[in-house]
Amino acid sequence: MGQKMHVKMTVNGKEEEFLAEPRELLIYTLRERLNYTGPHIGCETSHCGACTVEIDGKSVKSCTMFVAQADGADVTTIEGIGGPDALHPLQEAFREHHGLQCGYCTPGMITRAKKLLEENPNPTEEDIRFGMAGNLCRCTGYQNIVKSIKAASAEMLAAKEAAE
Amino acid sequence: MIPAAFDYHRPATLDAAISLLEEHGDDARVMAGGHSLIPMMKLRMADIPHLIDLQAIDELFGIDVRVGEVRLGAMVTQAEIIDHTELTSACPILKEAALQIADPQVRYMGTVGGNVANGDPGNDMPGLMQCLNARFTLVGPGGSREVDARDFYEAAYMTDREDDEILTAVTLPLHGRGYAYEKQKRKIGDYATAAAAVTCEQNMGTCVEASIAMTNLSDTPIWSEAAGEALVGSQVGPDEIEAAVAAMLDDIDPQDDNRGPVAFKRHLAGVILTRAIERAWTRAEGGDA
Repeated sequence: MGQKMHVKMTVNGKEEEFLAEPRELLIYTLRERLNYTGPHIGCETSHCGACTVEIDGKSVKSCTMFVAQADGADVTTIEGIGGPDALHPLQEAFREHHGLQCGYCTPGMITRAKKLLEENPNPTEEDIRFGMAGNLCRCTGYQNIVKSIKAASAEMLAAKEAAE
Repeated sequence: MIPAAFDYHRPATLDAAISLLEEHGDDARVMAGGHSLIPMMKLRMADIPHLIDLQAIDELFGIDVRVGEVRLGAMVTQAEIIDHTELTSACPILKEAALQIADPQVRYMGTVGGNVANGDPGNDMPGLMQCLNARFTLVGPGGSREVDARDFYEAAYMTDREDDEILTAVTLPLHGRGYAYEKQKRKIGDYATAAAAVTCEQNMGTCVEASIAMTNLSDTPIWSEAAGEALVGSQVGPDEIEAAVAAMLDDIDPQDDNRGPVAFKRHLAGVILTRAIERAWTRAEGGDA
């Protein structure tokens, strides 16, 4: 029982193939096997959202998914959203508006916020608070996180308008 | 957290999934979104040697809005319910309830089938389905059968479903203009301390139909027939709401736990049901609520 299985998935656009026990939690696959250490382990009980990644267009807590379930999936972590050389507008806005203090929750926050803005490009404060309710932050009190997401939304809408 | 080892199966058809259940008996469990089962496996409170993932079975997906009723495939997620405009205009209480379940990430994964089949008294959909008089389709080696949501729940995690059956769909009649799902929880993501599902219909200002079910106030959801009857034939004034609350309190059996003592839960159940009836009735009368 528990024999290793052959798993294939795309992570941040790169094809990955490996053998894994089905019970391996996806967060460990990403962090320890594939070295994507952006998604964090916070509570490991699907409450805090620090491990949030995007899987086939859904925001998912990767501590509550087996690697076997993600066989064949398309996964995006914070590393696939932007980096030091080319920050995503959300990353830029979190920096500009002090949307983090210790930074532990930030990869999950930004990964979730990216999906939220895809579904609702111009959210109200209430929309943001409701849409980010699965991500906990113990430092900021959320005020500046909401402000950062609002600012990124404005920036992305303006950039889209300029491009059209 | 590392769950016990298991063999993983991802059958492509319902028949293949049922064959696996027959083959492995008690050692096998089906999994939909996994957001109830995986936490239990991580805690090693569930040990499942053969895990059968339903994600590849096409016939378990899809929302079908028909004349007078709606069919939800078991694998329809809470997020899909929330985003489906045709469903929301036909049966708006589903969205109102789904928005109060867990958090956004969990709603992308959590399914209606998993929510109703698991038998956890904390889940919101079972009470809602009892209120709506929904039917569950169960498919096993001997074929398919339907069970009323009101007859499905026996005790916590104990349902009418046989071990080799899979709950494949939920079919529900469309409800009247009055509806509300009201839930009190300690925090986002928590189960209800108390929740109430109410539907009602009025004709010339008189209530002609009402259905009431409660969540997490017994070891099963509670459809309180007497509570609904207390409203029918009235103008749903304070006296009738009080009578409905009293009837509901006779039917529930909450237990002390970390959500509060029995007296508090009974008090809260009354408050939540009163709010739900008031909102449902306002809507039945054509008002905003």
